[in-house]
Amino acid sequence: MDITTDQVGALPPLNSALALQITIRFIGEELHKAGFENVVLGLSGGIDSSVVAALAARALGPERVTGVLMPYRTSSPDSLADAHALADQLGIRREMIDISPIADGFLSLKQDLNNTRKGNVLARARMIVLYDFSAELHALVLGTSNKTEILLGYGTLYGDLASALNPVGDLYKTEIRQLAAFLNIPEKIISKPPTADLWIGQSDEAELGFSYAEVDRLLYHRVDLGFSPEKLVEMGFNRKFVARVLELMRLNQFKRCGPLVCKLSPRTVTHDFLYPRDWGM
Amino acid sequence: MKFKIALAQINTKLGNLEANTRRHDEIISQAAAAGASLVVFPELSLSGYLLKDLTLDAALDPACAGPLKHLAANETQTACVVGFVEQSQDFKFYNAVAYLDAGTVQHIHRKIYLPTYGMFDEKRFFAAGDTLRTADTRFGRLGFLVCEDIWHFSTSYLLAHQGALMIVASLAGPGRGVRGSGDMLGSATSWELLARTVAQFNTVFFVTVNRVGFEDGLNFFGGSLVVDPYGNIVARGRVFDEDLVFAEIDFDLVRRARAQVPLLRDEKLELTLRELERVSREKFLLE
Repeated sequence: MDITTDQVGALPPLNSALALQITIRFIGEELHKAGFENVVLGLSGGIDSSVVAALAARALGPERVTGVLMPYRTSSPDSLADAHALADQLGIRREMIDISPIADGFLSLKQDLNNTRKGNVLARARMIVLYDFSAELHALVLGTSNKTEILLGYGTLYGDLASALNPVGDLYKTEIRQLAAFLNIPEKIISKPPTADLWIGQSDEAELGFSYAEVDRLLYHRVDLGFSPEKLVEMGFNRKFVARVLELMRLNQFKRCGPLVCKLSPRTVTHDFLYPRDWGM
Repeated sequence: MKFKIALAQINTKLGNLEANTRRHDEIISQAAAAGASLVVFPELSLSGYLLKDLTLDAALDPACAGPLKHLAANETQTACVVGFVEQSQDFKFYNAVAYLDAGTVQHIHRKIYLPTYGMFDEKRFFAAGDTLRTADTRFGRLGFLVCEDIWHFSTSYLLAHQGALMIVASLAGPGRGVRGSGDMLGSATSWELLARTVAQFNTVFFVTVNRVGFEDGLNFFGGSLVVDPYGNIVARGRVFDEDLVFAEIDFDLVRRARAQVPLLRDEKLELTLRELERVSREKFLLE
């Protein structure tokens, strides 16, 4: 798709030092007041989980952070090597669970799953593993979905979108890259093409049909600055691109919400039973 | 009049009055030991900010025994300003601050401007205050405001013209804005500019006390301020961390500032009132 010229509406640079200070305090405080000392997260060898692992190590000390490597038999060995290298660099605890038996056990019962369905099975198998570590280690699960993915719905409901705390959910992918550089994440991890690695050769940007740099500029103007679709086109964004991205946001709203509850009584959880999650903390 | 003020830039436990009251006790003792005679706490300091349906459970009737009277009767005879949910006699719930001294609740300000936009939803849970009065205290005449009140310029203006020498604002200001140049949060930069403006334009001491900590992922950034009547920042709290900030307040500085720059003396209240009445009349007739 012909998108835009390169420099339409660049995001202002992230103040990484400030973002770091806030996110590490967020991890420490929200964790401790919920009565936990440890965190666990999936380490894929990609930039998002690398950044979250680095933030958690800074917030809590590396001994309080467990990175779980969860390869499937088709996963790229390169990704696994990158995840190992990152865990070494940070000095965090490391576990490895090959999810092939879990996923294949299910996949053997069903025929002809397309890539999306298979990808969802893998993402949910990893969720099962992480939440079991959560119980075993008395650790909260850290989420690694960035703002771009959350807004586009580019994630699996109850899979990689499941977490207790997400320190990077308000940072666009291009901002994650800036924060990664600030945190000395290995250049190899920062510069490799983003992939969910759910099937061989998968690339986020090829699958989405646009680059993160392009879509982040659009999302920033739409979501953060409140530009109307017409104004975005006037700025120079391609009309079809604008329509497609806004439609993705709309269609995936369900992934950003809990299940709908049918209201019957005067006071209903999710409608008008409004308590903060940090209730009493 | 000269005295030492303490800005209690604390974190709170959401909906846990008992724990928060204990924290107030500790801070008051600590501030008194350092020679402060007035301690100011942040907005909703006894209850926490993001209460939602906890608002009812956290509400206090100022006429009854409870945390307010307990704090007012502190052993060190320190005056303090605390934030709390006020339950009125006709069962409305206000986001309020109380000025406590000599064992009693001496003044209450009910937050007038309840932000209900963006991340804020205060009007759903609180009734809005509808009066703006100064309080005559042992330190002199003071005005009290809560957070969003400050963003409406009329509030500090009205307090200054009632003779307030110092305006004290209790805040629960969430941090946001981590893009672009500068080494401060966007919201911290805005508050600082506003605080200096309020002080200088009203020739008053202006004190902000913001809290710190996280509630449901919202972070309160601290950065409490004491600004003198010339608009100079004379004390500043840490950013993001708890702090107890002390400052000497000397009302002789207000006297000198007002003598040198008599903005309040020269203000045309009658003209302002006439024009406001006309604007209001025209606006509401048109609508």
